[in-house]
Amino acid sequence: MRKSADLALSVSVLGFCHRIVQRETARERRRSRARSGARKRKVENGGDRVLTDSWAQAGPSIVAAFLASLVECVEALTIVLAVGSVRGWRGALGGSGAALLVLLAVVAVLGRALTLLPLDLIQAGIGILLLLFGLRWLRKAILRASGILPLHAEGAIFAREAAALGQLAHGGGQGGGWDGLGFATSFQATMLEGVEVVFIVIAIGAGKSGLLLPASLGAAGALVVVILLGFAVRRPLASVPENTLKFLVGCLLSSFGAFWVGEGMSIRWPGGDWSMVGLILGFLAAASVAVRLCRARVRKPAPTGGGILR
Amino acid sequence: MKWLGTALRELAGLFVEDGSFAVAILAWLGIVWLLLRFGLPRDWARDWGRDWAGVALFAGLAVILIESAWRRARG
Repeated sequence: MRKSADLALSVSVLGFCHRIVQRETARERRRSRARSGARKRKVENGGDRVLTDSWAQAGPSIVAAFLASLVECVEALTIVLAVGSVRGWRGALGGSGAALLVLLAVVAVLGRALTLLPLDLIQAGIGILLLLFGLRWLRKAILRASGILPLHAEGAIFAREAAALGQLAHGGGQGGGWDGLGFATSFQATMLEGVEVVFIVIAIGAGKSGLLLPASLGAAGALVVVILLGFAVRRPLASVPENTLKFLVGCLLSSFGAFWVGEGMSIRWPGGDWSMVGLILGFLAAASVAVRLCRARVRKPAPTGGGILR
Repeated sequence: MKWLGTALRELAGLFVEDGSFAVAILAWLGIVWLLLRFGLPRDWARDWGRDWAGVALFAGLAVILIESAWRRARG
């Protein structure tokens, strides 16, 4: 009787120990899986490094964001200068500054929110939008370079805006009062051009971990350059070769778009990240061929200008 | 509500200027994706497809760009 009671006790102790060992093993397995998953995610996302090791992508992302922002900032500066010279600087700078604050908030919120989504989904979605955006720019630059569309003339836009603002009733501004019209015009112009900059920064930055900072630095650099130049010359930056910039930026953005879409589709790019350089050169070559074909096709002379990629 | 419509139109205008150009880009992306996902029956073909799909993707986009600009120059 006592023997069987001992046996029963031993069996129950052994069973208890076995359950503990099983539970601990399962817990350790879960921990190990979590560790390897985190490691895998870290490798996929490029780790927590602020700047990615891959200069093949960080370099073009800085250049693309800088050049694209330069184009947009020059266009916004033209309107802000027109508002400032006609209506007064208080409303012009106030409207522009308010728009910049709104845009900064959008970058902070959207940029952070996008990092929470699965990388494949972001790469495919952002890649498609970036392709549509970049190829639209590139197509327009091709049509301008071949004389089918008129070149963007900052001087003419400045004169037109200044004349339109001058015809409206003077509601203050020059006299030191609050100028709502000047503020609104400047705010709208900065927002319109700034939204494109925000999209470019977020689209380039969201494709891979660590690219948001280089893209933001590129855009911020362009803003500083344009503000300093604007203060220095106090007139539209008409000599900036805008179409050449759009041509280059179109190639860069299209390359980023194609690369992200490919990554989203699990395509194996030859040369890894360095295929980005090949894509940029490929789009440049395709666009140059398109310019030649379009020029050969044009029957009448260009509406304005005529230089190569001015 | 009018401002919302204007804002949405502005936003769409960032990506679409020529409708047929945008549709052609999206169609090509769809074709490449479908081919990669369902069009290649054997393992070796799928492997080969993943290696060359990048080149095919770029080539198609380049052709669409050139054709669209050329068509606009003609008309």
